[in-house]
Amino acid sequence: MSDEAAALPLDSWHRSRGGRMVPFAGYAMPVQYEGIMAEHKWTRDSAGLFDVSHMGQLIIGGPDAEKGLESLLPADLTLLKDGRLRYSLLLNEEGGIIDDLMVTRRGNHFYMVVNGATKAGDIEHLQARLPRGAVLDHMKDQALLALQGPKAVAALARLAPGVEQLGFMTGAAFEIGGTKAWISRSGYTGEDGFEISIVSKDAETVATMLADQDEVKPIGLGARDSLRLEAGLPLYGHDLDQHSTPVEADLTFALSKRRKAEGGFPGWPRIARELEDGALRKRVGLKVEGRQPVREGALVLDGEGNEVGKVTSGGFSPSLEVPIAMAYVPWASAEPGATITLESRGKLFTGTVTPMPFVPHRYQRKGGAA
Amino acid sequence: MTVYYTKEHEWVSVEGDTATVGITDFAQGQLGDVVFVEVPAAGRAVSRGDEAAVVESVKAASDVYAPVSGEITEGNQAVVDEPSLVNTDPEGEGWFFKLSLSDTGELGELMNADQYKAYCDEQG
Repeated sequence: MSDEAAALPLDSWHRSRGGRMVPFAGYAMPVQYEGIMAEHKWTRDSAGLFDVSHMGQLIIGGPDAEKGLESLLPADLTLLKDGRLRYSLLLNEEGGIIDDLMVTRRGNHFYMVVNGATKAGDIEHLQARLPRGAVLDHMKDQALLALQGPKAVAALARLAPGVEQLGFMTGAAFEIGGTKAWISRSGYTGEDGFEISIVSKDAETVATMLADQDEVKPIGLGARDSLRLEAGLPLYGHDLDQHSTPVEADLTFALSKRRKAEGGFPGWPRIARELEDGALRKRVGLKVEGRQPVREGALVLDGEGNEVGKVTSGGFSPSLEVPIAMAYVPWASAEPGATITLESRGKLFTGTVTPMPFVPHRYQRKGGAA
Repeated sequence: MTVYYTKEHEWVSVEGDTATVGITDFAQGQLGDVVFVEVPAAGRAVSRGDEAAVVESVKAASDVYAPVSGEITEGNQAVVDEPSLVNTDPEGEGWFFKLSLSDTGELGELMNADQYKAYCDEQG
């Protein structure tokens, strides 16, 4: 692999609009346009357009696709109706998280969106384990945009009438200005919004159409990170990794009822035990006293000053105007209201365990509520 | 009054044996929205290269190093109270600290405005 950051379909589009490009997940991507704070607030108040074309878009089809995927994920895919998506996890034999993802039943196949930095490994993992009756296709020629914010529905419905009928975590095929698109009502900011999958050659046309709407501005990775942190959503490679289990990561909602009872997915013995008895540690949200942000890598200390955990994401919340963080803390200290001592750059900080999301989600669970 | 610049993107404005130190417009642009500033207390002696102040943006933390040696005479409480001053007026109201120089000879190793501009252009 080369160290060079590869260009995504919208590379020159971002540059021409003043995006400051940085290497991310092997690609050059815009970290910001006018500034993280302004872009963050614009998304919370209006609508932000995000390019997430670095993410892996996969199709898993064939007669054994459902069974094959269920052997690798803790989701109950038998209950997943056509046009519905759910959050799931690729797990290893120890119950550790290989990746987090969205899986949609789309007619006779599943459509899966995985993280950009992990997609190569995910594909290898899936191909090695899926049965012969399941076929995986990596849609390398597909771009992915996200339109997020309270005014996303108004802006998108103008170009793709009918999207306002989608409920949260459902998707359907649409045309957007004559271009075929798969659009789902989902996202990574805690706001109402959509994710739009289109072929790469149409990406500039569609991005321009969207950005031309009065409600819409392009938003960089910096604000994407602060928005998802406020929404309490974990970031793979930071808040989740091969050594964290769904119980430790507080993602037990991703373990479907039938699957928890029956097992049959990697790591189930350990996960079942942790569901019963608790784990050693848990991912929690923290509000940090003062104004100074505590960053990823800061230590969680016990009463004697021993390291007992780590901050995995941290920053300043533009919406709340206080520092917030996610950290793994000992299971017994994970109750809301618990006081946590942190050490960053030789300095001590006090955090309070706070239920997430830090900023309430505003998902539109039923369609029609434009 | 003469203004000098460092490779760490600080400016040093010297009048007599008193220097005022801040970060440059280029530096604030790179950092983005500043949300926290910590400045040194008056009376603290610093040597050139010591960590003297902290500046944090939404995304990143950085140290501000003492560009010259001396004794801190004042930290700017205004930027502690209103960190966004570093973005809006980095080379004016957004200064970090003042110090009395202990070795004016150190100033000779800093850049002037033209040299600093060329240096920033190289950083592209």
